[in-house]
Amino acid sequence: MLPALPGVGFKPAHFAAIRQDPAGVAFFEVHAENYLGAGGLPHAQLAAIAGEFPLSVHGVGLSIGGARGIDAAHLNRVRRLCDRYAPASFSEHLAWSSHGTETMGTAYLNDLLPLPYTEETLALVCDHVDQVQEGLGRRLLLENPATYVQFAQSVIPEPAFLAEVARRTGCGLLLDVNNVFVSCTNHGWDPRGWLNALPLDLVGEIHLGGHAAEDLPSGPLLIDSHGAAVADPVWALYAEVIAQAGPLPTLVEWDNDLPDWPVLAAEAARAGAILAQGGMGLARAC
Amino acid sequence: MMAAFHAGLRGGAVPPGLMARHEDELGRRFAIYRNNVAVSLGEALATRFPVIRRLVGEAFFAALARVYAEAEPPCSPVLAEWGEGFAGFLAGFPPVAELPYLPDVARIEYARGQAFHAADAAPVDPRALAAADPARVRLRLHPSLRMLRLAHPAVSIWARNQPDGADGPLATGPEVALILRDAGYDVPVWSLGAGDAALIEAMLTGAPLAEAAAMAATAEIGHAPTPLLSRLMQSGAVTGAEA
Amino acid sequence: MPPAPGAKCEGKGARPFGFDREIEMSAMTSRLVFGASLACALGAMAVTPVMAQDMEKCFGVSLAGKNDCAAGPGTTCAGTSTVDYQGNAWALVPAGTCVTMELPAAADGMARAGSLQALERDLPNA
Repeated sequence: MLPALPGVGFKPAHFAAIRQDPAGVAFFEVHAENYLGAGGLPHAQLAAIAGEFPLSVHGVGLSIGGARGIDAAHLNRVRRLCDRYAPASFSEHLAWSSHGTETMGTAYLNDLLPLPYTEETLALVCDHVDQVQEGLGRRLLLENPATYVQFAQSVIPEPAFLAEVARRTGCGLLLDVNNVFVSCTNHGWDPRGWLNALPLDLVGEIHLGGHAAEDLPSGPLLIDSHGAAVADPVWALYAEVIAQAGPLPTLVEWDNDLPDWPVLAAEAARAGAILAQGGMGLARAC
Repeated sequence: MMAAFHAGLRGGAVPPGLMARHEDELGRRFAIYRNNVAVSLGEALATRFPVIRRLVGEAFFAALARVYAEAEPPCSPVLAEWGEGFAGFLAGFPPVAELPYLPDVARIEYARGQAFHAADAAPVDPRALAAADPARVRLRLHPSLRMLRLAHPAVSIWARNQPDGADGPLATGPEVALILRDAGYDVPVWSLGAGDAALIEAMLTGAPLAEAAAMAATAEIGHAPTPLLSRLMQSGAVTGAEA
Repeated sequence: MPPAPGAKCEGKGARPFGFDREIEMSAMTSRLVFGASLACALGAMAVTPVMAQDMEKCFGVSLAGKNDCAAGPGTTCAGTSTVDYQGNAWALVPAGTCVTMELPAAADGMARAGSLQALERDLPNA
């Protein structure tokens, strides 16, 4: 279990600064796929980080929402990584990222692509989550995506889809509050309604990240860019979630236009302050 | 559904069955995904082949990357392993036919990536060498070590295009690149002479040290193996000695 | 393929002591190449690998923006607001350092300055 404290996505460029002053950051998260090489600097750094802090391994390439089954060879490599570092948490996305074609074999597209929410895709995703949980021998947290289009054939609301996957497979959920805000803005959904429909007791980790905006005639189109500070409306939603659910492990993701360590650490500290408040709120409620 | 979506990402029509808040903005919204794929794969290729990008310029590289990603998309989510075929692709890509050295530079850059992520191996204890018999001892080299025989002066071109690379005319003719990860996790590229190259090649095929030195002396009259061996030791590239 | 080690030793007319021809030849070569004291020659190799200083350099900070660490690409779970440049690689001309780099004609076998314009012949039919 990750601590109900702030963490950040680990970036090699921050390694020395973290060693000097972790600035209250309580855990780190890495993408599994960036640590599947045999050795060298990535593993030297990860071993040093994992030796001092709880670690979260976050997969981006298992393509759980894909039409084909889970790639056994890739799952096996992820398993070896998890066996090597025994992370406190493993998570993946409700999305697909690989697609097999007749002529080119399987192509990895390096993006988290959306899927329709139907009974058919629900069964498929549950099957894939089962495969991953069995293959890794551990529970998975499944993350809600940021999406830019919807499918006409979707019949299940996104939070209900996630809740049902969790109910059927026993997996937990990773609640990305920025993704909720991005998707709700893009589709005209109500983010509070979205959050109310999600069983917060199944949430094992929260993600917060920055987004970019593009102005379309109908209003802003938000892009989950992880290239900026967390936006104020996302902080507000996050505070509401924590007030309701109590403190949860909270990760600040900043992957593009990387800031210096103190800037990122300050974002984590802001989450930490909200977590501390949430903890006090719960204590009063008892 | 996914086949149509994938086709749309590759430049085809927006797949049927998609909806956006405002129908006339569907294309703009779907383009976010198409853009994410193209930009992220282009950036991935640029990260692996920074010197190729510098040589051909950013605009050309971005366009080149799109053609390559279409021809040979990554087949695994481990992007650090993508690009093995890039050198061969460049060799057959007519718009860069006038830059025949590009494939060799790409081979160096791909090998550096492999070396960076290669397995770890501790350097041999120098004391183990002191008593060794050169006629019998076989030196084991680090798993990251790679040697490339290149038809063009690609090592010089690569070095010239590093952040601190100096200007001036380049060497002519073929070069041999030795690529390895040193004890500080850096991945330098050395240019080897004929003797050093023969020495490494012989050691890689398991020849005893004295035999390897003899081969080096054949390839380059009067070749002295000690400087290269010392340099390998200093880099932590000698990882074992077997009698 | 280089000649077998034995071939060179024949040339020296060397058939000194010994029973195993191959090892004997190698030992002979060793003396020639490494000098009289084999132990000393190997001793010259016995330099301790440089660790600490380089380690600090690369272990932390020098990854970003430089070419000196070859980590290569990583994955993303984010989207991008950077817009893909829709240039046509078949119609564009390389315009990086390859244009200004002083490459001796012998190195690439042709003077490139004028030949870049000749690319149009390779364009696919529209």
